[in-house]
Amino acid sequence: MLKDKDRIFTNLYGLESPGLDGAKKRGDWDGTKKLLALGREEIIDRVKASGLRGRGGAGFSTGMKWSFMPKEASERPHYLVINGDEGEPGTCKDREIFRGDPHKLVEGALIASFAMGANAAYCYIRGEFFREAEELQRAVDEAYADGLIGPDACGSGYPFDFFIHLGAGAYICGEESALIESLEGKKGQPRLKPPFPANVGLYGCPTTVNNVESIAVVPAILRRGAEWFGGLGKPNNTGTKLFNVSGHVNQPCTVEEEMGIPLKELIETHAGGVRGGWDNLLAVIPGGSSVPVLTKSMCETADMDFDSLKELRSGLGTAAVIVMDQSTDIVRAIARLSRFYMHESCGQCTPCREGTGWMWRMMERLVTGEAEIEQIDLLEEVTRQVEGHTICALGDAAAWPIQGLIRSFRPEIERRITDRKSGATEAA
Amino acid sequence: MTDDATFVQPESFAFSAENGEAVKTILAKYPDGWKESSVMPLLDLAQRQHDGWLPRAAMDHIAEMLGMAPIRVYEVATFYTMYNLKPIGRHHVQVCTNLPCWLNGSDGVVSACKRKLDIEFGETTEDGEFTLSEMECLGACVNAPMMQIDDDYYEDLDSVTTEAILDELRAGGTPKTGSQAGRHTCEPAGGLSSLEHQTELRSKAVGGS
Repeated sequence: MLKDKDRIFTNLYGLESPGLDGAKKRGDWDGTKKLLALGREEIIDRVKASGLRGRGGAGFSTGMKWSFMPKEASERPHYLVINGDEGEPGTCKDREIFRGDPHKLVEGALIASFAMGANAAYCYIRGEFFREAEELQRAVDEAYADGLIGPDACGSGYPFDFFIHLGAGAYICGEESALIESLEGKKGQPRLKPPFPANVGLYGCPTTVNNVESIAVVPAILRRGAEWFGGLGKPNNTGTKLFNVSGHVNQPCTVEEEMGIPLKELIETHAGGVRGGWDNLLAVIPGGSSVPVLTKSMCETADMDFDSLKELRSGLGTAAVIVMDQSTDIVRAIARLSRFYMHESCGQCTPCREGTGWMWRMMERLVTGEAEIEQIDLLEEVTRQVEGHTICALGDAAAWPIQGLIRSFRPEIERRITDRKSGATEAA
Repeated sequence: MTDDATFVQPESFAFSAENGEAVKTILAKYPDGWKESSVMPLLDLAQRQHDGWLPRAAMDHIAEMLGMAPIRVYEVATFYTMYNLKPIGRHHVQVCTNLPCWLNGSDGVVSACKRKLDIEFGETTEDGEFTLSEMECLGACVNAPMMQIDDDYYEDLDSVTTEAILDELRAGGTPKTGSQAGRHTCEPAGGLSSLEHQTELRSKAVGGS
C-alpha cells in the first residue's frame, strides 16, 4: 500500500483548506521559480524520465507529448489546454483535484506551459461542475493576486495566464479535438488528424491537451524527482494514480494509490470490500465505462496498471473501477452503457451515429432474450464494423464493452435466449 | 406546463446592466479575432438571466455581439444539452441513471422524484417549481446515487433523503448539498484508509461519525 509520504493529493478529501494558505502548507508553490529555472528542455526530460503516462485514459507519455510542440518560437502562440471534461461513467477524480487541491493544477499548468512555450492555459471543465469551477477560479484568483501567475509568474519574468472555460453537457468534448472545437465556440465534433494539435490546435496554433491529473502531478515530480515518481508502481507504469471505486462495494471512495496495485487489494483495503464478500463478486469494469469487463477469475490476479490490464484485453482507462456483485443483471448493465454512447455520439460519422443506436437496440433485446443465438455473432460483427472506422474513439468506446460482455458472459446471454424460447414453447 | 406550442418567445433580449460586467470578463478571456469562443459562456449567462432558458432573441443577440451567423449560435445551443430552449421549472432536478448510480439504487431516487413531484422525465410541475430530467453520468460516481438540482450536487441518496430535499426546496429552503449519508466528500464512509492523520479533521467535518 502506498505510504502517505508518497501521496501527492494530500487534500483529496477536502478536509483542509483548498485555498492558497492551505496549499502552501502542503508544499505547493514552494520554489516554483527555481523549477522554471531548470529550463524548458530539462523540465520535459525530467517528466519523460518519470515515466508519467497521461491520466485521461490513453496512457501516452506526457513528456513525449510535450516534446512534440515546436521548439522555436514563431508568430503563432502556443497553448496548453487542460481537459477537465470528466464524464466517462465511473470517473470522478478530477473533480476532487478541482475542489481539494486546485493549486496543484494551477502550478502544474504554469510549469507545463513554460516547458512548451505557452503563455496561456485554458482549462475546459464540464459544465455540470459549476461548484468545482468556482473552487478552481478562487485558486486562480489567489494565484494572480499573489503574483504566482500573471505578467511575471513567480518572479520568473515569464508571463502566464490561466483561463477556465465551462462546457455545457457534451461527453464528446472530452475528446481532445472536439474539446478544441468547443473552445473555439463550435459544436464539439472531433477533427480529422493529421494535422495533430501540436501543429494545428487551438486557434490554428500549436497546442497540447493534457488531462487534469497529468498536469496536477507535475510539480511533485519536479520537486521530488523523476526517480521518486519512477520508483513507484511498475516499469512503464510508474507513479501514483487516483482511483475511483464505485458500485457494489461497502465503502465506495476515491483514493490515491500506487500504479499496479492489485485490484483485489484496492477494493479490500480502501473500498471496504465487495458487498457480501469477495466471493459475491460477479465482474468489474476496471477503467471507466469504455473498457471491457473483467470476470471474477480475472479480478483475482488483475493489477491496476496500463500494461497488466491490456494483457487481460481490458484497460486502465481513467482508473474508474465499477464493481458489480452477483445480484447484477450484467447484460442490462452493459446495455445501459450502450444507451449512454448512443446518447453521446456527436453524429458526425455514420458508423457511430447509426451503429451506437443499432447496438443499443440489439443489447436491449439481449437483456430480455428476445433474440436469436446467431444475433449475438451479428452484434459482435457490427461492433467490429464500428470499431476503428470513425474519426474519434467514441465508436471504439461503444464497441468494447459489448465485445467484453460477449467474450466473458456469452453463456448468460445464450441462456436468456434459450429460456425465452422454451418459455414461449411451454406457454404455447 | 410547457407544451412546445404554448410558450411565447420574447421579442427581444439584452443583457442586464449587472451582467454587462460579466460579459466583459468573458470576452476578455479569449484572444483578439476569436470572439466566437465566448459563445458558450454567453449563452449560459443569458440562460441564467432569463429564468433558466434561452429564447431565440438571446441567441440572435449573442450572434450579433460576436459577429456570428445566427445559425452558428443555434447549432451550439442545440448541440449541448445544458441549454434549455424552452421554459423550465424554477428548479431543474436532474437524476443520474448511468451505471454506477443504477448499481447503487438510482431507480429508487427516480421513483421518489416522480412520486413526490407527480411528473415524468421531461415534464414540469403544474406550479412551475420543478422540471425533472434523466441524466447521463454527472461525475460523482463514488457518491452514487446522486442528482443535480440547479448548480448543486446531492449525493449518497436514497428515496427518503431524495424526498426530504425536494420538500425543503418546495418550502423555499436550501437543503444541505453533497453527501446525504454523513460523508465529507469522497472518502470511504467507514473512516479514512489513507491520509489518516486527517482523521480528526474528518470527525469534526462530519460531526463525529
